[in-house]
Amino acid sequence: MTTLRSHPVACALFAVIALGLLFGPLALNRYGLYILSLWAVTTIAAIGLNLTLGYAGQVSLAQGAFVGIGAYTTAIMTTQGWPILAALAVAVVLCFAIGWLLGYPALRVQHHYLAFVTLAFSTLAFLVFRNEEWLTKGIYGIIGIPRPVVFGFPTTRPLPFYYLCLGSLTLVSLATWWLVRSPWGRAFVALRENPIRALSLGVDTRRYTLMAFAIGSALGGVSGVLYAPLVEFVDPTPFALTHSLNLLMMVIVGGAGFFFGPFLGAIIAVLLPEWLRFAQGYYLIVYALFVMGLLVWSPTGLLGIADRWMAERRTRAASAARAAAAPTLEKEGV
Amino acid sequence: MVNFINLVVAGLATGAVYALIAIGFTLLWQTSQTINFAQGEFAMLPAFLMLAAASLGLPLWLAVLAGVAMSALVLGAAFKFVLVDPMLKHGVLPLAIATMALSIFMKETVKEVYSAEAQSFPSLLPDGNVAILGAPVSLQSVGVFVTSIVAVAALQLFIARTRTGRQMQATAQNPTVARILGIPVERMILLTFVINAVLVALASALISPIYLAKFSSGETLGLAAFIAAIVGGFNQIRGAIAGGMVLGIVDNLSAAYISTQYRGAVPLFLLIAVILFRPQGLFGRAEERTV
Repeated sequence: MTTLRSHPVACALFAVIALGLLFGPLALNRYGLYILSLWAVTTIAAIGLNLTLGYAGQVSLAQGAFVGIGAYTTAIMTTQGWPILAALAVAVVLCFAIGWLLGYPALRVQHHYLAFVTLAFSTLAFLVFRNEEWLTKGIYGIIGIPRPVVFGFPTTRPLPFYYLCLGSLTLVSLATWWLVRSPWGRAFVALRENPIRALSLGVDTRRYTLMAFAIGSALGGVSGVLYAPLVEFVDPTPFALTHSLNLLMMVIVGGAGFFFGPFLGAIIAVLLPEWLRFAQGYYLIVYALFVMGLLVWSPTGLLGIADRWMAERRTRAASAARAAAAPTLEKEGV
Repeated sequence: MVNFINLVVAGLATGAVYALIAIGFTLLWQTSQTINFAQGEFAMLPAFLMLAAASLGLPLWLAVLAGVAMSALVLGAAFKFVLVDPMLKHGVLPLAIATMALSIFMKETVKEVYSAEAQSFPSLLPDGNVAILGAPVSLQSVGVFVTSIVAVAALQLFIARTRTGRQMQATAQNPTVARILGIPVERMILLTFVINAVLVALASALISPIYLAKFSSGETLGLAAFIAAIVGGFNQIRGAIAGGMVLGIVDNLSAAYISTQYRGAVPLFLLIAVILFRPQGLFGRAEERTV
């Protein structure tokens, strides 16, 4: 992000947040660590969706289902004694392949068909999680999912597991950072901004859109792989359509198409319920009102506000500089 | 056979209600590119407005009318002016997301105000059975079906035969040209929103006696209407009607003959099949790509 490099304030802010995420948790209790780990896991899914939505401009209503597929893959495989890395590989390949298969027919027709197909898929996946008891244990769920051992360190306790989540988030962020800066990422943006122009410039729009959607879905799977050992229990409820809609709102609220949008959106979606605990049942009402108000005010989300504010400041600074330069020019002219 | 006839009639009744909801959905899309993810909740709320009016001591028919009027005001006019108008210029997506937030808001508010319990809803239609082809069929189902069909026919007549209706059509087809021809485009769009609100209020009054009024009932209704609209053809009223009927019957028959567990899955396969083989819907026209 150019704004990051050129702004010392943003740089300092970034460093403070990074240090806070590294050392702050040392002072947190078990529950605080759980919430923070949940934030990291949710952010990974939101980053994936941001790739689909913010960079390739396609609406996916199935990210929650992909998280579910990742979580169930891990739950089933690790309770059978497989290592989590094997589960990760299977989940990523599975989500990528399903994403590809779903996107292929949907992207044949333009407009909002990917949204429709993913909506159907999301509901179907939920039915499978609930009804296929031989595989998923149905509504009773799978219990006793072990937490993995990483490089010889067991992550059974909350703090090491938090660091595992944070480490995974960092890896995913770096990979995405590289991806959106690669020629691929530029193609993604090109086809979001103007698909017909991209097509006429020789970008195979359909393949790139499919790719963005499949990679985004695979990241949903990665999030699920961490979710299962975090909660140590997997049942169908968290992967219903509601979760997909929530992830979508997170990305939009944070700012779709901004790299740090999903981080911010996930903070609000995961932490806001904790802050609004005093409001009890009303917190969803407050959250929904907040989202509507925000979108009416700034359809590009929270980072959109920041972006607009910085752009305004820069123009004001530039015109101030011009105004200061004008008298001298006039004098020279005379 | 008796069972089959019963299932088909019940399917036609729920299908007709799905069609009412789906028509409003396609109308909003046509005139103002609004994908209303809260459409299911729109069909949930009026029942509660009617219950509230009835609890003030109004007779049932008056309570229903009051509910329809309130729905036209809140779900029609207020929805358009408060949420849709400021967001429309920013494109389809932020508005679609805002309607998702609206659906959460409506659901949770009803849950907090009215409790999470399902409320029984009195029926305007007579009870009892009537014999069709030798099978005793619930009069309620027949009544729901007939009422919906009359409402849809009235809407079709209004759109095709009156001046205002034709102005609405023109607005949906090409707002720019419509404006040049002196059609009050803004008023026509407002009218669409009000019609949508009346249709969902009617659907709500018809379906709630059968499935009870519950804060979460919008989820199923919304999904069904959504699928009906796509299966029938997103840009056609008759498509939405056919889609609703097909969905109602398929839904009921698959629950009885295929699997109750996967009852919800059959319409989804139907949806995917339609998208694969006939993306413009069974009765829709293919939309041209706009640059």
